[in-house]
Amino acid sequence: MDLKTPLSERDVRRLKVGDVIYLSGIIFTSRDKAHSRVVHDNETLPIDAKGLAVYHCGPIVRKDGKRWNIISAGPTTSSRLEDMESDFIRSTGIRMIIGKGGMGERTTKACMEYGVVYCSFTGGASLIGADCIKRVVDVFWLDMGIPEAVWVFEVSRFGPLVVSIDSKGNNLYEDVKRRARTQV
Amino acid sequence: MIYPSHSKYALREIEVELEKIIFNLIKKASTQLPDDTERALRKAYEQETNQIAKLQLKTILDNIEIARRKELPICQDTGTLIFFVDVGIDFPYKHEIRNSIYKAVEIATNVIPLRPNCVDPFTDKNTGNLGEKIPWIEWNLIEGKDCKITLLPKGAGSENCSALEMFNPSDGMEKIEDFVVNHIVECNGKPCPPVIVGMGIGGGADIAMKLAKRSLLRPVGERSKNKTIADLEERLLKRINETGIGPMGLGGKTTALDVHIEYASRHPASFPVALSIQCWANRRASVIIKENGDIEWI
Repeated sequence: MDLKTPLSERDVRRLKVGDVIYLSGIIFTSRDKAHSRVVHDNETLPIDAKGLAVYHCGPIVRKDGKRWNIISAGPTTSSRLEDMESDFIRSTGIRMIIGKGGMGERTTKACMEYGVVYCSFTGGASLIGADCIKRVVDVFWLDMGIPEAVWVFEVSRFGPLVVSIDSKGNNLYEDVKRRARTQV
Repeated sequence: MIYPSHSKYALREIEVELEKIIFNLIKKASTQLPDDTERALRKAYEQETNQIAKLQLKTILDNIEIARRKELPICQDTGTLIFFVDVGIDFPYKHEIRNSIYKAVEIATNVIPLRPNCVDPFTDKNTGNLGEKIPWIEWNLIEGKDCKITLLPKGAGSENCSALEMFNPSDGMEKIEDFVVNHIVECNGKPCPPVIVGMGIGGGADIAMKLAKRSLLRPVGERSKNKTIADLEERLLKRINETGIGPMGLGGKTTALDVHIEYASRHPASFPVALSIQCWANRRASVIIKENGDIEWI
């Protein structure tokens, strides 16, 4: 299924766990430090993120002249952001989280409440990720270092993304883990 | 060719030669997945019936192919660089190894490129890939005139899933096996499965941890030479894959590609068990540098 940002609440509420999607439009990166700046330091995200997707990613970039080139951009482990994500959702108005490894109960609840989905991008698929990035639109908060800065990307058919937390309270990771526990 | 003279001028030339070799080692490790690991991933793909799992493995295999073709890092997390240096007691260029590693890392960071992955824990400043005691060099003095350098770039997603448990000697192997399987289940998708599970047993806390990490240098599919250990590796691999955690924790048949165990004798009152988990991007490369400057890639 193909989707394009900005995403509406309706777009997102229709998605269910297990759906495979390819996303086009604008996405931006934010990981530990940028999340903390928004959630703990109450700073305003430097872009209007309403309807956009946040990508948990710290890319490898190279500056050729004035132009930033994305060399490698796979997902980072989302669970590190679990304590901050629900507040991040509330204050930014994002509709989609892209990461890897899944998130917990608080994020799942926030996804239900605000109409957001969590999508898994294959961990380590950094060159496929980079291929889908057509352009670096902007970069903010470079003072935090290249991996931690907020990178704004224009992407084309970014994916495959697997919806693993939907807005109905389903969490694929928790289902898999629950079944696994019975096998130990 | 490494120049055998030790005059001041030649010393720089030796360093340059070593730098080039180590640069190529970093490039190989960062951009080419070892054949044993790729084979295991391909087998996992062929055996998989869960469509989401199959899609994860297909994406992984495609990504490996792009990395090889474009000579770019397989994963954007190019890891903490850990060099295992087995240096012959009579290797003539011992003095030059450390500086050559540092210089090669600096060049590789800009040229390959690698992600700047060294952060000072107190100032939070990112210093590239050179920092306090990093890259880490694990020295091992061996007999002979050769030097073997192995690089294991270790990503944080899997490293954050490391574990150490100090068991009671009376706990028994069953409890230890349960600990390993439970740990992999609770880590779920975080370490980027299918993983390689490195397990260190005995010694002491630090020794078990080092053995666990060192066990990751063994090729996927190679069993311990000790029959008891080999059986335990097989048993744990089977149990871990029966959990169904699957590729990326999204469910499926292959959670681990292999389990490797290394051990040391333990104190009578202590039974340390350490786990070092490696993601599917099981990057490692080795080179042997001979006394005459010839090199052999392995």
